Amino acid sequence: MNDLLSVVDWSRAQFALTAIYHWLFVPLTLGLAVIVAVMESIYVRRGDERWKKIAKFWMTLFGINFALGVATGIILEFEFGTNWSNYSWFVGDIFGAPLAIEGIFAFFIEATFVAVMFFGWNRVSKRFHLVSTWMVAIGVSLSALWILVANAWMQNPVGTEFDPVQMRNTMTDFGAVAFNAVAMNKFFHAVASGWTLAGVFVVGISCWMIMRRSNVEAMRSSLKVGTAVGVAGILLTMYTGDGSAVQVAKVQPMKLAAMEGLYDGKVGQDLVAFGFVNPDKKPGDELPAINCEISIPYGLSVLANHDPNTFVPGINDLINGIALTPKGDTINTVSYADRIAAGRVAQDALRAYNAAAQAGDQAAMDSASLVVKENFKYFGYGYFNSPEDAVPPVALTFYSFRVMVMLGSYILAFMLVMAFIAYRRPQWLDKKWLCIIGVLTIPLTYVCSEAGWVLAEVGRQPWIIQDLMPTGIAVSDVTASSVQFTFWLFAFLFTALLIAEVSIMVHYIRSSVRRDILNS
Amino acid sequence: MSRLKSIVNFYVDGFKSMTIGRTLWLIILIKLAIIFLVLKLFFFPDKLATEYDTDAQRADAVRHALTLDK
Repeated sequence: MNDLLSVVDWSRAQFALTAIYHWLFVPLTLGLAVIVAVMESIYVRRGDERWKKIAKFWMTLFGINFALGVATGIILEFEFGTNWSNYSWFVGDIFGAPLAIEGIFAFFIEATFVAVMFFGWNRVSKRFHLVSTWMVAIGVSLSALWILVANAWMQNPVGTEFDPVQMRNTMTDFGAVAFNAVAMNKFFHAVASGWTLAGVFVVGISCWMIMRRSNVEAMRSSLKVGTAVGVAGILLTMYTGDGSAVQVAKVQPMKLAAMEGLYDGKVGQDLVAFGFVNPDKKPGDELPAINCEISIPYGLSVLANHDPNTFVPGINDLINGIALTPKGDTINTVSYADRIAAGRVAQDALRAYNAAAQAGDQAAMDSASLVVKENFKYFGYGYFNSPEDAVPPVALTFYSFRVMVMLGSYILAFMLVMAFIAYRRPQWLDKKWLCIIGVLTIPLTYVCSEAGWVLAEVGRQPWIIQDLMPTGIAVSDVTASSVQFTFWLFAFLFTALLIAEVSIMVHYIRSSVRRDILNS
Repeated sequence: MSRLKSIVNFYVDGFKSMTIGRTLWLIILIKLAIIFLVLKLFFFPDKLATEYDTDAQRADAVRHALTLDK
């Protein structure tokens, strides 16, 4: 048992490490591709060679990030097959189809349009080159779409049916999987956050160059595009983030309750603006959940339902299967004890199916199969010993949400101020402290972006597939020591890649300080 | 044929004219070699694909794992 827990913990740590490092590269690729495409569009439209040189400068930084980041996501797929084989089999073609489409998109785009983008400046027409650059920008986003479709299915499994014979989920409705409401929100949220991060990146690097009195004219022009894309990005990120909150309230209400450290909900639920999670708090006890709490009245009801007079369930409400109408009347929903019971019925039926299959009893197999399907909605709950096992880590979910929102709010203010400066008061960039803030905002934006993923993935625990498969049951029969070894191997490999990326970028930017970008 | 040649030349000339791109390609090749020739081959076998011959056996193995009382 201890070894199993250790395998689960190390496999989760390894996946988290790989995903976090992967996500350092991805958002910059998503956003910088758009920024370069916008810059090149200005060049083509105005015929101004300055913009071509500016676009080429940022395209080189895009290329460095793209080269270092490419294929880092493949390791996640390796981990599925080795560490998470039960899960890999159980999801069936739900994961395979989107990832295959993603692979085809990535290969097609990388082999053709990226090559034209980098090699084709003097070999193809301006317009064809511009189309290629936009195709790269669109292509990397579409590539992200299919990954997020797969991820969204894990958060909200739709369009599928479990087949006890194959022991895997089969796709019954591709449209439902592809256009899963969670996927759509996740896609636009992730892509827009990439625009934001790349906007901040361009602003930060521009500020650093301006501070060094290098290529001031080119960097002021870059700031205009960087802030325009960045403002659009952060506004869209916030809009889709609001949509995500509504989706979470519908399909993952336990995650929303954990995000708020909310145990007992009410109609017109407040939103915690500031506070500390009480680490001793447990479901069902009388201890306060949040210490030093400052709340926004009705905030959570508005966030979750866009209506201040609605009920938002807390952890205890969800466990007990209780909801309230706007008038305060109680409605009974399915309690977690009932879900656990239904899950165990499904699992017992699966055992019966197994025994019947070994005995060659087709009638018993069909009968067991029917029971599995009838109770499959709560299949995963059958693995829990008590309803409390279904509660996510509240503190990490609570704090990651606040880090994301607070930094996101800061980034919005930062971007609006920098856009005003870029378009109306460029002389303010002479102030060194302002440029230093610009540079320091780059790592803060990475923290914000990663916090969003921590919230999404930690908040859905203990599920690897919502309601169907707990993370603990998804792991393979491997030893903890082998996962530990590859964990440290990845930590070394990814750190080396990150150091290489930062070193090459810094070297390139420093070399650009010494040359005139617009006249070289 | 001439179109194919021009496409090949496009890539060849592009690779030849690279500056910082040479370093990047070197990193990409080393990375891909590590990922596919070391990690995939020695550390990340597909458990079910390597341990079982048929999908029915794999389904049985997962059914057994998911119904095991842990």
